[in-house]
Amino acid sequence: MVDLIKRAKELIETSAVRVVIGYEQGIGNKTRALFVEKAEDAGKLIFDSRCVQNLAVYITKKEIKEKGKMAIAATLPVMRSIIQLASEFQVNDNNLLVLGITAESKLIEFANLVEVETFVHQYQIEIDARNKEMLDKLGKMTQAERWKFWIDELAPCFKCYACRAACPMCYCHRCTVDFNQPQWIPVPSHELGNLEWHIMRAMHLTGRCIDCDACYNACPLSIPINLLTKKMLEDAKEHFGGYQPSLKGDHLMSTYKPDDKENFIH
Amino acid sequence: MNIDKRLVRRDSLEKLFDILKQNSKKIYAPFLKNGKTTFRDAESFAMISTGHIQTTESSKDIAFPRTEKILDYSKGKDGLVVKGIDLENLPGVILWGVRPCDAVGIGALSSIFNWDYKDEIYNSRLLQVTVFGFSCNKSDEYCFCTSVGGTPGNTAGSDILFTRMGEDGDYLAEILTDKGITVVLMAPDLFEKSEIAEKEKFLAVVPVRFNNKEISEKLDKFFESKVWNDQSLICLGCGACAYVCPTCACFDIQDEAHGKSGSRIRCWDSCGFSHFTLHTSGHNPRAIQSARWRQRIMHKFSYMPERLSVFGCTGCGRCSRACPADMNILENLISIQEVTL
Amino acid sequence: MMDNLYMPYPMRIERITYEAPGVKTFMLKFVNEADQDKFSYKAGQFGEYSVYGVGESTFCIASTPTRKGYIECTFRQTGKVTNALSGCEEGSIIGFRGPYGNVFPIDEWKGNSLLFIAGGIALPPMRCVIWNALDLRENFKDVTIIYGARTVKDLVYKEELKDWELRKDVKLITTVDPGGESPDWSGEIGFVPTIVEKIAPSSKDTIAIVCGPPVMIKYTFPVLAKLGFADENIYTTLENRMKCGFGKCGRCNVGKVYVCKDGPVFSLAQLKELPDEY
Repeated sequence: MVDLIKRAKELIETSAVRVVIGYEQGIGNKTRALFVEKAEDAGKLIFDSRCVQNLAVYITKKEIKEKGKMAIAATLPVMRSIIQLASEFQVNDNNLLVLGITAESKLIEFANLVEVETFVHQYQIEIDARNKEMLDKLGKMTQAERWKFWIDELAPCFKCYACRAACPMCYCHRCTVDFNQPQWIPVPSHELGNLEWHIMRAMHLTGRCIDCDACYNACPLSIPINLLTKKMLEDAKEHFGGYQPSLKGDHLMSTYKPDDKENFIH
Repeated sequence: MNIDKRLVRRDSLEKLFDILKQNSKKIYAPFLKNGKTTFRDAESFAMISTGHIQTTESSKDIAFPRTEKILDYSKGKDGLVVKGIDLENLPGVILWGVRPCDAVGIGALSSIFNWDYKDEIYNSRLLQVTVFGFSCNKSDEYCFCTSVGGTPGNTAGSDILFTRMGEDGDYLAEILTDKGITVVLMAPDLFEKSEIAEKEKFLAVVPVRFNNKEISEKLDKFFESKVWNDQSLICLGCGACAYVCPTCACFDIQDEAHGKSGSRIRCWDSCGFSHFTLHTSGHNPRAIQSARWRQRIMHKFSYMPERLSVFGCTGCGRCSRACPADMNILENLISIQEVTL
Repeated sequence: MMDNLYMPYPMRIERITYEAPGVKTFMLKFVNEADQDKFSYKAGQFGEYSVYGVGESTFCIASTPTRKGYIECTFRQTGKVTNALSGCEEGSIIGFRGPYGNVFPIDEWKGNSLLFIAGGIALPPMRCVIWNALDLRENFKDVTIIYGARTVKDLVYKEELKDWELRKDVKLITTVDPGGESPDWSGEIGFVPTIVEKIAPSSKDTIAIVCGPPVMIKYTFPVLAKLGFADENIYTTLENRMKCGFGKCGRCNVGKVYVCKDGPVFSLAQLKELPDEY
């Protein structure tokens, strides 16, 4: 990623941004986030197929935001997250510069978020074949079978909230699970507590989740929790004609439209 | 004490498993699901995972469950009735396939749960556990047991330690405690007299990477260091590291009501969470992630050694393997050792 | 049945006193006499108070160990548990476990004068030691209490304040923040540190005990230093969040110190050795 390194260096040297968020080599075969604040650190930036962590999660992190204007090396899922975050007023052109990375690993620098949105809108969010197959399988199960599947899958969950921590959309300072008046979700990890947490998480992400799999990748126990958000995406397609993050912010689940098919509000 | 060493043939392990099962022992063993290994109640020998270097989760759940009742209550016409939990009829458990860096963690946990106040819930559970340690013949870049006083064949914490003598070889069994002897007596034929004294050559080689005593002394004056911020910038603030750790013991106490009755529950908690120290007033003594990361390292490498005379880290490397942001504790400890104040 | 550290004593709420908006005092008696017989505590210690089905909350024992047969606690309704406690009526049973933590070294203070400085809801952690000292009044020289709250309404222990005011062997100064006075207010008007500076109590053979919101404490310490108080002769209590109360749940660390075991009572000299983690 010679272009990225060069551009990051320039951006820091000219003080165009204070920090460039990208990837560096981690331990073994892993990669990790890198925050370039000094030009000489730009050389550590890498990009390859292993770089899948959704870096948009750091845009809303207090310690990073405080540094000043950010630039971010953004793959398609990261760009989608950024658009969604922008529509929720978490980020804007004044504090973020997007260095897009295309599927062909080409660097595109966007002048503003509108350009990012235009780029993002060229592609539909598509659930990958393996997970699509899994969703179909789940759909064909009886209710009892599906219940058993989820009880089994969620049983090992110890509620470390890595799924929440890794998700760019879970930026709330106080998550629903942290409220105790009333206690919406049980704190301990047990059957009910785990179920409620994961269902609540999926519900809060519906119409916001851009299907990056960060939650699944973060789960130390590789619980396929992304199937829940993927199912919601499928349902969004069926009932609302699909979901695409947009700066307009007409959120799928919270925006009323006169042609909504539900009639309870008419 | 002269440790009793026995030979267990490679095909005898399954027989041992079956005999223990017949003696109605619950056996918790590594179980592979979704590519990760956790300890589960093993119904058959074939279910046990063996290919892993280290289990994803530690086995601390057995004596310190992620969620456990500490009392039950009910409000009826006789008024309020509160009952403690029955600690006398806990089932006997064999913890099978525990790595030495996991077994040694029991010592650290026991120190926490018996510091002045004896936690009989933990102690009673532990009393029922017999630990079958399995030495390591493989290691990876996350392992650093030898830097924190352990070895791949460390006997501490195990009741019996099995060391496989070569790939597909037989096992050397070191019978370390009375609980271990009880197991041998259940299946005496499977534990043959052995002349083998040397297990070292079958063990993984884990190089020493830092000096934990030096780090411990250094940390004493390290509270205000900028390494905490540098190291924790990538931290996402989840609890994965704490929950897979064999020695992390921080917990929460929660009440759960179901109508007129309910329970008080002790459940795992983590110093990495922003709400861990949050006061109801909104004040938070550890308001930023770097302060929470510092607490994690300080607690394990400074506070515990000083207050409890035990290190809060066994070098198992689980936290680094589990970290969704690839924070690496070994790397960070080495950098602390190298930084000048 | 083995001892279960987490098992509270059942306590009956004998009397509820309304202290200030959202603030109540419970007088609690042991339901089982055997529990009361083996129970003892000293001024400064705290406990975990619980409503079954809601949870536990940490606060000090506000009564003095010199008066047997009951304990008292004073709390402000702020969170889940204090809300539930606040909803309890006289005669209800709640849980209490404790006592935990260290104590005010009141024996070591013998022969000295005592200066108590408290703000708002932080009088309760001090009330135990005030009454303890007053019950052993002959052991001490002058006793001075400076107590302030935001408004007249927010002053707690109003009945006791009247008692202390009438006593000849206690010097009581009450104050409210500017704007917090009522038309008939005859006490001081001003923030606690300002009033301490104005009263200028002597530091000679005097122990100062200071409890209050962080900002009050922060500005009171320098005033005391100016008056000549040594750090060793100034005491306060810390209130970090806790769950267990006995050094296991891992929440209350201030550096290597566990507030639940090494505290909650600290001298200023000790506090100065600790990192700012409270």
